[in-house]
Amino acid sequence: MAHELELVSPFDIAKEYVISVQEYTQLSLQSVGNFFRRPLYMADMMQQADLIGVGSLPIVVLTGLSVGALLALNSASTLQRFGGITLIGQLVSLGMVTELGPLITGLMVAGRNASGMASEIGSMIVTEQIDAMRALGTDPGKKLITPRVGATAFMLFFLTIIADLLGLTGGWAVSHLLFGLDSRQYWTTAWEILVFRDVFTGLIKPVLFGFIIATVGCYYGMSTRGGTQGVGRSTTQAVVASSVLILVTDFFVTKLIFAVFGVR
Amino acid sequence: MSAPTVPQDQRAPDASDRSGFAIEYEDVSIAFDEKTVLDRISLRLPHGETKALFGVAGSGKSILLKLAIGLLRPDSGRIWVLGDEVTRMSEEELFALRRRVGIVFQESALFDSLKVWENVAFRLVEEHVPDSEIESRVREVLRFVELEQTYDMFPSELSGGMRRRVAIARAIITQPEVILYDSPTGGLDPVTSNTIIDLIIKQRDVSKTSALMVTHRLQDAFTMATHQFDPKSNQVVKLPKGRRGDVPMSFLILRDSHVIFDGDAHELATSRDDYIREYIS
Repeated sequence: MAHELELVSPFDIAKEYVISVQEYTQLSLQSVGNFFRRPLYMADMMQQADLIGVGSLPIVVLTGLSVGALLALNSASTLQRFGGITLIGQLVSLGMVTELGPLITGLMVAGRNASGMASEIGSMIVTEQIDAMRALGTDPGKKLITPRVGATAFMLFFLTIIADLLGLTGGWAVSHLLFGLDSRQYWTTAWEILVFRDVFTGLIKPVLFGFIIATVGCYYGMSTRGGTQGVGRSTTQAVVASSVLILVTDFFVTKLIFAVFGVR
Repeated sequence: MSAPTVPQDQRAPDASDRSGFAIEYEDVSIAFDEKTVLDRISLRLPHGETKALFGVAGSGKSILLKLAIGLLRPDSGRIWVLGDEVTRMSEEELFALRRRVGIVFQESALFDSLKVWENVAFRLVEEHVPDSEIESRVREVLRFVELEQTYDMFPSELSGGMRRRVAIARAIITQPEVILYDSPTGGLDPVTSNTIIDLIIKQRDVSKTSALMVTHRLQDAFTMATHQFDPKSNQVVKLPKGRRGDVPMSFLILRDSHVIFDGDAHELATSRDDYIREYIS
């Protein structure tokens, strides 16, 4: 069968994007609003917290450790040239806590969970399970989306703390074992360099990233069309969109916090 | 095309009296991508009656069911279910109404990550019914559909016919006043189809529920019109010829976005409309 190439007007494409943004915004606001409306599915939230938090622990441990070690390794060679190897603890600490810890954890969890949510909810859409849920008098927004949003935001906060600590440990391992830096010096400088603003920045980001991962994953799941092929498409789009949105949000949140705390 | 057997305007609902009807559609229209699927459809389902909906694929039969419980919104027209105007209700209000209506989906739509008993008990769990009561009610309704042995199984472990029966169990566990069946025998072998139809007859005659049933199989609807459940023998038995009008069963045929027939088995069998005669032959 011959397929005709259909030209779509740019106006229609733009309209489609605007509608998508509107629907995503609506879903996101509803997911937050549902925290204040009954019923609140606490058991589902705990189950999701276990799936997302405990399930993501191995990749967060491995990436946190690796990124901290790599940061130390790359910085050490440069710092050594200027005789500043003692600054390595400060550099790893600032880098991990304010930026790399939340970002890497967010991207890892996005890859694992945004795709999972999109495929799970997408499969439920194409097999009419979401319609069945609505027909049984249950709001899928409350039952499926809000628990995932709450659980991801909550668990990403703690996963990021774990990633930060392991990143610092990885940095210590490299600086102590490869460059002979004193352990006490490493940990003292790493600790002392941090101020409230850094910790605040590092802990507010995972909450936002968690919100993005869950809402984007659920949005693509809920908007799945076209059978199993559609589920595959939604899954890919969820990972790409959530990763890009995390990076963009990271930039603006950092800029905003700098502005609030008076940093140029 | 020849004239409809039962003209639409003869069956146009009287807005002043809706108490005798479980479901009522008034001038309902809906289109998808500028293609009109239903065009000013009006029909009424009296309490306790089962109405079988026929029509070729894509004629809007399943759409009618989804419109009834607000899963879809019509472009125009009004729909009442159990006295409530669905077309004016918010999604939040619809959730309350849907608890009074059971629906069996075309492909069963069981939650594949939940066990059979969890699927059947879904609504009871949502209503915070005590665990002990949930178990007894789930077992009772699974016994009704003769699937008690599947209590702890997952839907993926069941055959197509068994899944359809679990879906019926899920739909009837809260004893809804109305049940919507979307092709309950679609894709099943004749023996399994008969089992499903027997169950639907049993449910109709035991609980006196009103039902809309989408089907492609005329023989299923004729079986429903000529049989009833006998509680003494616990079997579905054929009615003697003189008593066939006793069964609360009607037929509706959709064609080209319109209702071309709405009447009982006798009217259908004696219709002179060429399309209908060809359809039932």
